[in-house]
Amino acid sequence: MTRTVDRAAIVVAVLLLALAGVIFWDMSRLEISSTYGLGPKAMPIVVATGLALLAVGHLVLAWTTGLPPRESPDAKPILLILGGLAALIALIGLGGGFIPATAILFATTAAAFGRRAFHIDLAIGLVLGTAAYLLFDKLLTLTLPAGPLERLF
Amino acid sequence: MDTLASLAHGMAVAVQPMNLLFALIGVLLGTAVGVLPGIGPALTVALLLPVTYKLDPGGSLIMFAGIYYGGMYGGSTTAILINTPGESASMATALEGNKMAKAGRGGPALATAAIGSFVAGTIATLGLTFLAPWLVEVAVRFGPEDYFALMCVAFITVSATFGDSPLRGLTSLFIGLLLGLIGIDKLTGQARLSFGVPELLDGIEVTTLAVGLFAVGEALYVASRRHHGEETLEPVRGSLWMTKDDWKRSWLPWLRGTLFGFPIGALPAGGAEIPTFLSYSTERRLTKHPKEFGNGAIEGVAGPEAANNASAAGTLVPLLTLGLPTSATAAMMLAGFQQYGLNPGPLLFADRPDLVWGLIASLYIANVMLLVLNLPLVGLWVRLLAIPQPWLYAGILVFAAMGTIAAKPSVVELSMLAVFGLMGYAMRRYDYPIAPVVVGLILGPVAENQLRRALSISLGDPLVLVESPISATLLAIALIALVAPFVMRGLGRFRAQED
Repeated sequence: MTRTVDRAAIVVAVLLLALAGVIFWDMSRLEISSTYGLGPKAMPIVVATGLALLAVGHLVLAWTTGLPPRESPDAKPILLILGGLAALIALIGLGGGFIPATAILFATTAAAFGRRAFHIDLAIGLVLGTAAYLLFDKLLTLTLPAGPLERLF
Repeated sequence: MDTLASLAHGMAVAVQPMNLLFALIGVLLGTAVGVLPGIGPALTVALLLPVTYKLDPGGSLIMFAGIYYGGMYGGSTTAILINTPGESASMATALEGNKMAKAGRGGPALATAAIGSFVAGTIATLGLTFLAPWLVEVAVRFGPEDYFALMCVAFITVSATFGDSPLRGLTSLFIGLLLGLIGIDKLTGQARLSFGVPELLDGIEVTTLAVGLFAVGEALYVASRRHHGEETLEPVRGSLWMTKDDWKRSWLPWLRGTLFGFPIGALPAGGAEIPTFLSYSTERRLTKHPKEFGNGAIEGVAGPEAANNASAAGTLVPLLTLGLPTSATAAMMLAGFQQYGLNPGPLLFADRPDLVWGLIASLYIANVMLLVLNLPLVGLWVRLLAIPQPWLYAGILVFAAMGTIAAKPSVVELSMLAVFGLMGYAMRRYDYPIAPVVVGLILGPVAENQLRRALSISLGDPLVLVESPISATLLAIALIALVAPFVMRGLGRFRAQED
């Protein structure tokens, strides 16, 4: 049996090694340490070492058994949901308010799960967002980001 | 009997109308999320954390516990009526339960699951009631080094010992520990891994991580493989009631399931899957109807369902007495305690007996509520499964975003939600366990704190870790738990080569 190299495991190994490097670099900039016992550097060293060892483990894995088999994913729904999240972040960042932002996320997620009625879903999302806003902002006095729509209430 | 007096006092707290209402909301929500595939009790508690921030701590915690218990009840409904279990704890139930439903015996399957859950939940809550005060007595003697060692045991068993792959489990754990490092070091006031981003100085919000991993990650994963087949819902046909023979075949599996579930849940052994599968294989071996196994044997539903409920109660033992979460839901409940500045442990039993015992007493009430909700009203819950999948997941994501916004209304926080969501997707795709990440984030800083306290008391002498007999024993257990899966796998491979 010929063994192929599992590229995913190598990617994980590289990521883990990079994370270990970042922790190590960040830790080396800490100056103050405790008088007795362990300072703030000890735990980062442990975690960075652990991540580096796990990276080695993944490299071994890549050339032996590999990560568990998986099916080929459908990229379109993933992009739709991430796009919805990006739109939500942009709308909230630009002061568009909570209700329209959640309406867009609702509609894109529904589309990602195969719905083909974007406008209807957008309307449902608006109703849901408004209900959630009224319930949590007004009734439970949580602060949700307000835009032009929210100021009407 | 001090315990009975405390319990009676707790019962007086639990039957206050507001607390009864919280318990009812908890079990309703818990059953609903248990029935719905894609959301579990851990995610629900995570979503509710920011929302309940301003509510009464006692009431909210009663609600969280109700969600935990309810999730275990509701999961069985989905497992029996659709073959895909709502929760991993219900996977064993699906094996026989779905076969029973296909054979038109869905009613008795649901009934034995609900009654078994009630029996097991009540016995296990009794176990919690009498074990907790005793364990508190032990825990009072724990020094910081002992707590540190205990957390090491929890880290290892949750991630490495019982999962599919110790390598992947430990990777998840260390990602969690890494996330736990982020923020200001409490002892020296220096920022770690914050890169000058002010939002990172307070550390990673547990809510954001949990909601990203559980809700966004799950939605991405399910959406990406939607084309891999649809599920069919089996209608409940015939009588809901169990026959005399069903009762006769169920009661022993209920008790045996409880005996598996409660101790394994109480040990830091990670979740409810192990006792449910142990119970399933035991019932399979002991049954007088071996031909029915694989075609819908009622024992195979009764045992695992009892086991998963008993393990939920068992998980509360180390959580309440030691502050040690051993499952994802327990970790979220610990975050719930922390958000009110409460630290579960011996001190909480001494300082806030009304809260702890009120919570324990409310578990008995929640169990009764759940039996009523699940037996006659099961038809109502089944209707939840009719919600179209696109709207269900769209709704989940809207509430996920809202929970994060409510916790910290910032663009940075929402971006982290998206990143954690992608991480959750990748972890599901490559089969990395999720719970160790959450446990690492919550327990990592606590463990670091205890270790540094232990070493500053000992003036920097690391031998303190092995000089305390409790700590030495626990560290030895952690080491064995870490090495055992590798050794056993090595032996397995060796044998395989011999054959």
